Amino acid sequence: MNIARIIEHFFFQLGQWCQWMWMLASRPEKWSVYYREAIRQADAIGIGSLPVVFIISVFFGAVTAVQFSYQISGTFVPNYYIGYIVRDMSIIELAPTFTCMLLAGKVGANIATEIGGMRQKEIIDAMEVMGVNTVAFLVWPRLVAALLVIPMLVVISAGVSIVGGFYTSIWGNLFTASEYILGLHSFFEPYNVFIMLVKAVVFAFLLTTISAYQGYFVGTGSIELGRASTRAVVFSDVAILIADYVIAVIMT
Amino acid sequence: MIRIEHIYKSFGDKRVLEDITSTFHRGKTNLIIGRSGAGKTVLLKIMVGLLRPDRGRIYYDEVDFLSLGRSALRKLRMQIGMLFQGGALFDSWTVEENIRFPLDMFTSMTMGEKRKRVQEVLEKVELDDVLHKYPSELSGGMQKRVAIARAIVMNPRYLFCDEPNSGLDPKTALIIDQLISEITRKYDITTVINTHDMNSVMQIGDTILLLQGGRIAWQGTKDEILYSKDETILNFIFASPFLKGLRERALRCEE
Ligand SMILES: Nc1ncnc2c1ncn2[C@@H]1O[C@H](COP(=O)(O)OP(=O)(O)OP(=O)(O)O)[C@@H](O)[C@H]1O
Ligand SMILES: [Mg+2]
Repeated sequence: MNIARIIEHFFFQLGQWCQWMWMLASRPEKWSVYYREAIRQADAIGIGSLPVVFIISVFFGAVTAVQFSYQISGTFVPNYYIGYIVRDMSIIELAPTFTCMLLAGKVGANIATEIGGMRQKEIIDAMEVMGVNTVAFLVWPRLVAALLVIPMLVVISAGVSIVGGFYTSIWGNLFTASEYILGLHSFFEPYNVFIMLVKAVVFAFLLTTISAYQGYFVGTGSIELGRASTRAVVFSDVAILIADYVIAVIMT
Repeated sequence: MIRIEHIYKSFGDKRVLEDITSTFHRGKTNLIIGRSGAGKTVLLKIMVGLLRPDRGRIYYDEVDFLSLGRSALRKLRMQIGMLFQGGALFDSWTVEENIRFPLDMFTSMTMGEKRKRVQEVLEKVELDDVLHKYPSELSGGMQKRVAIARAIVMNPRYLFCDEPNSGLDPKTALIIDQLISEITRKYDITTVINTHDMNSVMQIGDTILLLQGGRIAWQGTKDEILYSKDETILNFIFASPFLKGLRERALRCEE
């Protein structure tokens, strides 16, 4: 495939995506059914993802603390900077971006496979014939669930990461507890927390809609289903990184 | 009654349907038959609006189906029940949730009323004790019956079935055929069925449309088939020498 074809394909997909997203702009047939689905999805995303987010976040914090203390050893940068760096790195970058990329691999792939399976087993067709707005019914509950749950996971991730940095580095005798805590209290910008939440919401939106879209337009056969799920993860991750950059430029 | 006129459909260069015109009557089981790949499923999907024809018109009792707006279309679709080739049940929902779904979505019935209605349709398809089971816990024939129950739960005026008895044993297939034909008569539904099961053709085929390579090769009733001299339909229905022999003997006896 040459570049022109790739670009053409990209814009075709983008156009189809926009058209598809437009279907979301309609009133739910029945709020209660959507509500029930949203609860089901929130449970799957939230409770299902908590352990892995927890483990990954401990290591974010730990690695950042160890790395930074190695970098500043032998320099005049005071040790309490470690707490400050781990906190800001976690809040601005690690918690929202890493967590959401991780969730793209877990939740995104899951959404794409589930919706793709429904397409292949003609369940989407069956709903369509009943008169259901299938895009709205499949996407809204997942989107609402993701927009509520993922920011919470990101907040938890940031907290766990900061605690992770604290414990591992104290055990490694790299700095003292009071130095780290002093760092945590220094140069605090509440605005960064706001950026973190904005990122979490935007990333959650991207990974849910992109993954659902990939599932919705899956081809036939199990190989295509696998492809759709891979594309869901890759495209979500790319979109998240691009959005990360755009948000960084706009908001700082 | 549903009328389709001059329906054409291709996928890329591949012509799947060419100039299909036919009428499907109310209170009758209208069959579409043809070999695998003849375009039966595509025609059915065009008739319910899942695919758009390249050309042609579709009328649901005088309503021009293809020119309906989004909300009018949704309203009409509430009167359409469809049974898919694979059943198309939600695996993660119980049988009750599956059948109740259209009621949940489109009616303001109370939970009690909905339960009662679900029970009613389950009795109609002769299933009990399955309410809280998941589709994966049921046999193929039972899943088909659950799917029929879901298709008729809203009291549709139009019923479409894509191969209702593929993959079923002859006895279960017969029960399902009879069930569909009974419902059709009793509630005066316009029913369209895709099949390549010759038993059903002779059992319930009020009208029959034979598709071959995307064109209509023959249309008529099942009685007409028996006395027909048309080789195309005879070769299709009585494909095996054994059946051909049976038919000839039957005709001779009548004389
Ligand atoms: N979405 C599609 N894209 C391209 N070709 C298609 C598509 N759907 C169907 N076809 C082609 O249209 C032809 C008719 O398919 P259809 O599914 O209607 O057959 P059928 O009569 O239902 O067969 P069967 O009895 O096996 O179900 C086939 O040759 C198939 O390859
Ligand atoms: Mg078919």
